[in-house]
This record gives sequence, structure tokens and C-alpha cells, in this order.
Amino acid sequence: MIEVLFYVFAAVALGGALGVVWAKSPVGSLLFMVATLGSLAGIFVLLEAHFLAAIQVIVYAGAIMVLFLFVIMLLNLGHDYQRDLKGGAFALLSFVVVGLMAGVLARQVGRDSIPELAAGGQAIDAALEQHGVVGAIAQPLYTTYVVPFEITGILLLVAIVGALVLAKKGS
Amino acid sequence: MESLQPISGLWLLITMSLKVTIIFGLVVLVVAYSTLAERRVSAWIQDRRGPNRVGPFGLLQPVADGIKNLLKEETLPSTASRAFFVLAPMFVLVPSLVTFAVIPIAAPLPTPVGVVDMIIADVPIGILYVLAFSSLAVYGVVLGGWASNNKYAFLGGLRASAQMVSYEVALGLSLITVLMMSGNVTLTEVVWQQQQLGMWFAFPLSLAFILFVISAFAETNRLPFDMPEAESELVTGYHTEYSAMKFSAFMISEFGHMVTASALMATLFLGGWDLPGTWDDAFWHEGQLIKGFSQDGVAVLANPAWWKTVLTFCGFAAKTSFFMLLYIWIRWTLPRFRYDQVMALGWKVMLPTALAYAMLIGSVILVLDEVGIRWGFSYGLALTAVSGAATAGFIFFLDRGRTIIGAAGQSRQKVSISGISQPATAGD
Repeated sequence: MIEVLFYVFAAVALGGALGVVWAKSPVGSLLFMVATLGSLAGIFVLLEAHFLAAIQVIVYAGAIMVLFLFVIMLLNLGHDYQRDLKGGAFALLSFVVVGLMAGVLARQVGRDSIPELAAGGQAIDAALEQHGVVGAIAQPLYTTYVVPFEITGILLLVAIVGALVLAKKGS
Repeated sequence: MESLQPISGLWLLITMSLKVTIIFGLVVLVVAYSTLAERRVSAWIQDRRGPNRVGPFGLLQPVADGIKNLLKEETLPSTASRAFFVLAPMFVLVPSLVTFAVIPIAAPLPTPVGVVDMIIADVPIGILYVLAFSSLAVYGVVLGGWASNNKYAFLGGLRASAQMVSYEVALGLSLITVLMMSGNVTLTEVVWQQQQLGMWFAFPLSLAFILFVISAFAETNRLPFDMPEAESELVTGYHTEYSAMKFSAFMISEFGHMVTASALMATLFLGGWDLPGTWDDAFWHEGQLIKGFSQDGVAVLANPAWWKTVLTFCGFAAKTSFFMLLYIWIRWTLPRFRYDQVMALGWKVMLPTALAYAMLIGSVILVLDEVGIRWGFSYGLALTAVSGAATAGFIFFLDRGRTIIGAAGQSRQKVSISGISQPATAGD
């Protein structure tokens, strides 16, 4: 059952990703992107990473993509700019990136079993057992990794203030 | 003898299918009848009769409306983007109906084959599941407005998305206090901790309750926050171009959101299916259905019964109906906000208040835990006192001396018209 669901979600995720590239209108691309993010959330659920799945939908599909939609609609893109991102250099670059990714993946698939992954899985199971779905992420985030976490927060704050300063400059 | 084990195997599959069918059917039925309730209650408030021709007391009106909407001609504006125009009603309808799956509706029901939980899916992320799907609802609204290729519809869609994104922040922040109290995000545990506390969270978290209710009104686009469909400015906003069943889908989703939000408010702040007293308490703890802990921390087993399930379901239905009635009551009582007022309230009042309140409750919980007060009634009373003070301050601030001081205050607020420049009279 889980395997069948995995293939369904994987197919939707891949199809959505292709749709992002192939869709004629930017709003279509965006909806395909939402479909991809949604099926990734489904795959997270199959991996018992419920919290990640929820956050994936709330943050990416529910907040960031809505902002994208806003920008696309306000700028009314999709009429004259379609050629912009399809230049030769860009195509070459994407082929290189995709090739590298495929290489890494092929290397992992070729190996029979990965001991580090198995050990990691057991550690995650233990953490889930002890702290619950949300606690398994919150516990390390607010104890071991609290300094990097706070620094990330400050970084985001700086970005917000910077965006505001730039937006205010014109007026 | 009834088994007190959780249900499993083939019976799990059967009860699960039954639960999905019955609960989903019930939600759709409630949605259909809440459209009738809205018209009847509004008529009652305005001293009219309301729809009373179809069936006894107008009870078949939703059926008649459904048939009418199915048979009406569907229009597709020639300038609309066809695919998105058709997709938009689906995008609003699905999130509004699936969120009910994580809300527990009654005490567990004992059967000869095991105990059946009265919830479709007790997922470990509970409330986050609701937030995730309600954050997806905005797509339907925005797409509907944009795909119609109508400036009023587009403005309505933009307003809706800005409003929903803004109030989601206050909604989430007021939820934080509930999650701090319950220590988990599943709604079954939220109900359980309210039973253990001996009081519903509406009292120890009164300010969060008020903030949540206000945000829920804004999230569901109901008056006084129905800017997206302000008919005096935008025709009917994002669904201006929709007709027949597609229009109906938007209406169903609006009422579906109301039902879900009402059930959520009842679960988070009014104890869900819990009824006063400890006779109905039940929670799965380490594979056993327990009722509570004795003084020395030993689990006391619960004794579920079918009549408890029925009674608690009635309690849950009553609480949910109360919030549904509140929605309708407020819609026909208050005028609409101005758009800048909606945004100012969201960002300048709700957000800072919710943040400060989360800090306050967090510190009080810390102090109470450090002092060593046991999770129980006195714990709740201490929080109620602190929250009551915070709520009084919040209401006093929002009121700005208009209602609380009363008529005496009104007479002091003399309106000066000397500042308004008078138009020059002709011939001067």
C-alpha cells in the first residue's frame, strides 16, 4: 500500500516539476509547483515525517507560493517575457546541474545498503518515540542547534529590514 | 464483555469507512442546513419571516436550492482563463471539507470488537493539518478572482488573499498558548488536557480565545471582515463571474469553513466533546484507555459506554452550533470594516497582542511549574486570573472609552466641527 502511494506521489511530484517548466502561463507553472510541493509533503508523511510534511505545506505551498502568485498577478507576467529564461547559456547550465545530480543519485542507487542511513533511521525512531513528532525536531533545534537557529532568524530579520529599506527608497 | 482494546484488523477498516462516510455526510448536511439557518436567523433578526414555503418550516429549502443550482445554466466569461476558472471552485471546496478529519467529535465508543475513536484520523500533527489545509484555501479565492478577468473579481481575490495571510499570523500566534498548555498538537490531547485541568481553555486562555475568534472570522471572510465580497464596492468580489453549481461550490466552501472553524473553536477553547464533570474523560495512554491519574500517579482506567458517546456528541454539536449561530448573529448585527481598518487591526493590534500574550502565558506557566503547582483546577484558576486581567486591559484599549464608560463618556467626547473648512458661500 505504502509503496503504491509512494509511486503515485512520486509521479505527481515529477509530473508537476515537468509542468513547471513546460506550462505556457506563469500561473500554470505556479500551480504545478504547488502540486509538486504537495506530493513531496505526501512522501514526507509516508516517511513518518509528519511535522516536515505539515511545515512543507504551510510554509511553501501556503505562504511562499501565495506570494509568488501575488507577484505574478501584479506584474501580469506571461505575455512578452516568455523567452527570457530559455537562453542558450541557461540551458547549458541546467544540463550540467542535472547531470551532476543524476551522477550523485546513480552512485547512491548502485550501492546495496547504506549503513549510515540505517543507523540514522534508528536514531530518528528513538527520537520519535521519546519526544513525539514535533518534539523530535524541536528538541535538537532548541538545544544543540540553538545558536545556528537564532543566527538564521537574525539573518532573515536583516533581509526583511533590507527589503523594506530598498522599497522605501523610491518614495 | 466489551473489549477495551483499540480496534484493529478488518474491523478497523469497516469502522473507518463508516466513520468517513457518516462524518463527511454529516458535515455536508450541516453545511446545507446552515445556509437555511443563516436566512432564517437573519429574517428573525430583521423581523421578517424568511424562506418558509418549501416543506415544513422551509426545511426543504436547501434541497430546492441544490436542484436549482444544478439545473441552472453555467456561464463561462469569454475573456476568462478557462482552466483556472474551472479549477478555482475545486481549490476552495476541498480544503474546507477535509479539515474536519482531525477533529474528535465524541467520547470513544466501546463495541464488542474494540474501542472506536470518534475521530476520522488522529494524525500526530493534529492542528497543523488544519492550518496546512486552510492555508491552501486562499488559492481558490485568488485564482477565481484572477481567472474571471474582471477587475472587481480580481480586487476581491487580492483583498481575500491579503486578509487571509495577515490574519493567519494572529491565528497561529493565539494558538501557541493553547499548544503550550496542552503540550502536544493533536486535538485529542488538547481535549484531554482540558479534562485534566478541570476547566475549558476559554477561561485560563481568555485573551487567546478572543483573538482566535476574531482571526477565525477574518479567515472565513465573514462579516465584519467580508472585504473580499463587499457588495457595495465589488459586486460580490471574487465569485462575481460564477454561476450555477460553481457559484454554489464557493458558497458551500464558505459555510464549510464556518463549520470547521466553529468545531475548531469548540475543541480548542470549550473542551471539544467534554461535558462538565469527570464521568466522560477518556484518553489513550500507553495502549490503555484511561480516565485520569490518582494522587500517586497511577493510571485509572476509563469505562466508556455508548450513552456517554451519544451525550458527548450532543455536547460537541451544541458547542459547534453556538459558534455557527455567533457567526450568523454577528453578520446581521455589525457593519463592515473599511479595508485599511481590517489591515490595521490585523497587524497593529492582533499581532502584537498575540505575541505579548504568548510571552505572558509562557512566563506564567514557567512560574507555576517552578513553584510546583500540580496541573489541575488551582493551576487553571491562577492562569484565569492573569488572563482575565490581560483581557480586561485589551478590551479597555480597544474600547477607547466608548462603551465601558458609557453615555457619560460620550457627552464628554464633544465633536468639534470648527476644524472642517466650510465651503465659501457664493457671492463673497
